[in-house]
Amino acid sequence: MPEVAVSCQQLLKVFDAGDQQVIALDHVDLEILQGELLMLVGPSGCGKTTLISVIAGILDQDAGVCELFGQNLAAMRSKDKLRFRAQHIGFVFQAFNLLPALTLTENVSVPLIINGVKRSIAERKAQEILAAVGLGKRMGNLPAQLSGGQQQRVAIARALVHSPKLIVCDEPTSALDHETGQTVMHLLKDVAMQQDRALVIVTHDARIFGFADRIAEMDDGRVINVRAATPNV
Amino acid sequence: MYRIALKMLMGDTGKYVGIIMGLTFASLIMTQQPAIFIGLMARTYSFISDVGQPDIWVMDDKVQFIDDIKPLQDTELYSVRGIAGVDWAVPLYKGLLKARLADGTFQTCNLVGLDDTTLIGGPPYMLNGQLKDLRRSDSIIVDVDGATTKLAKPALHGGASTPLQLDDVLELNDHRAIVVGIARTTRTFQSQPVIYTTYSRAKSFAPRERKSLSFVLVKARPGQNLHELTQRIHAGTGLAAYTSEEFQTLTYQYFIKNTGIPINFGMSVLLGFIVGAAIAGQTFYNFTLENIRQFGVLKAMGTSNLTLLRMILLQALMVGTIGYGMGVGLTALFGYSMRNSVLAFKFPWQLLVFSGAGVSLICMFAALISIIKVLRLEPAIVFKG
Ligand SMILES: Nc1ncnc2c1ncn2[C@@H]1O[C@H](COP(=O)(O)OP(=O)(O)O)[C@@H](O)[C@H]1O
Ligand SMILES: [Mg+2]
Repeated sequence: MPEVAVSCQQLLKVFDAGDQQVIALDHVDLEILQGELLMLVGPSGCGKTTLISVIAGILDQDAGVCELFGQNLAAMRSKDKLRFRAQHIGFVFQAFNLLPALTLTENVSVPLIINGVKRSIAERKAQEILAAVGLGKRMGNLPAQLSGGQQQRVAIARALVHSPKLIVCDEPTSALDHETGQTVMHLLKDVAMQQDRALVIVTHDARIFGFADRIAEMDDGRVINVRAATPNV
Repeated sequence: MYRIALKMLMGDTGKYVGIIMGLTFASLIMTQQPAIFIGLMARTYSFISDVGQPDIWVMDDKVQFIDDIKPLQDTELYSVRGIAGVDWAVPLYKGLLKARLADGTFQTCNLVGLDDTTLIGGPPYMLNGQLKDLRRSDSIIVDVDGATTKLAKPALHGGASTPLQLDDVLELNDHRAIVVGIARTTRTFQSQPVIYTTYSRAKSFAPRERKSLSFVLVKARPGQNLHELTQRIHAGTGLAAYTSEEFQTLTYQYFIKNTGIPINFGMSVLLGFIVGAAIAGQTFYNFTLENIRQFGVLKAMGTSNLTLLRMILLQALMVGTIGYGMGVGLTALFGYSMRNSVLAFKFPWQLLVFSGAGVSLICMFAALISIIKVLRLEPAIVFKG
């Protein structure tokens, strides 16, 4: 029986939008297991981004509990929460969010530097990971010199470099064409996925559903269905 | 992280240059304008500093500055000589006088009359002729600026005027005067020509008045405490006595208090500060706003607010140092290129501290508004499209 990586119970998040309130998370229950790639799907505005923000500890819920590897982030002091995020979570964004003034090597070494690793060691590690995602020859380039798919591969390398226990990805393939999206997903599935790690991927790109172990479907702030995915054909 | 901060800053070349230009401008204005101001103020007392030898100036106690002449009786000279600790004391005449030029026009000049025997108080540097030639009859020495401009011989049928030369004759208040020397003096606040002659001849040139002694110049005996001596002179004669430095201070303070000059320069400096702060502050803030997503990513990945604060401060320090250096450098260059012109310019080290403080203030302000923005930043924005 694999261990639980993320456990959400009765998560509630309400936003003030002008004079009315938006219930973005309406008592969400969800479990994500270690070694599992879970996809979060559903129509736009249903609360997917809000849910992974709470899970990743960059947004505080209004009620309910979210535990990461047995730890309740909301109950931590902000300093400990920061350190937890820095050590255990990797991020991949729809818009890549690389730092444009840094080379690929420097970009990928940022999470290690935040964790206090010496620059020379961090950059050596970054270069290994860049080689693993197939960008070994572009390490001195700036992000702007790369295609979108290549930039997302750099972002994945950055999310992996500090060996986090949880990687959250928000629409990682939406900005890419089909083929490039497939390459990126293969990378996430084959390089990023490990026994003691969990991956949560928010997407509404049906063509990549096949990469998931399980798919959680959301609507209107609720998880309405969790099912095992049909393997890729 | 500091390396990353600097790379972020320099990665956006346009903004980077913009911020630095704003700061350069501010630091230039905040250095160059006060330098001109200090230069001008130094001119108010340059006549005093040009008269090098005496330690103490004695005058009527209502005198407020060097050009504020309130004549004394000639006998006061002997009272001053009688004070203990006075090594020597000589008279000095200083007044205005009209010179008549060859074409019939008049030019107001500063007339300086030196002690007949010692000629103490003469010009600091002779270009032509010698100071002792003042002992010849009807002789005068003219400053080179006056000789080449306002006192130059007008051309009779248009064309350029010719500078006064040795042995030329001037008509001073209906008296004949012969030029025996051309001197260089430090430019004064007033731009009239300066004419040197002896004390007794100055009295004869000048319109007749009951009293004519402008100042008594005093040399203290070796080892005298100058301040005590000024007090003794005041007690013994009822006249005001100042050391050279005190009289210089009295003079420029009079100009600071009684003219609009400090206000004008103060306004320029303030304007430079405000415009510089606006440009640099605005561009720096814009730079932060444009990079807000990058700060958000760093924050989401676990960078603390304290580290982000330090990164922004470092960025501000970087642009501040460069902008300050360029501004001060440009001012120095400006001063150097103007060294032979009529422009007043003085650049004491205190001015570096002053403009440095000004630029620091601007950078702190620019950093502060950016820091507030970044500290309030929700890391969850990183997932927004
Ligand atoms: N910061 C916010 N302020 C106000 N409303 C928000 C904010 N973030 C999200 N929302 C609202 O919460 C709901 C869920 O948003 P989101 O989680 O981004 O949806 P999804 O990612 O599924 O498209 C939407 O109605 C959105 O408008
Ligand atoms: Mg979303």
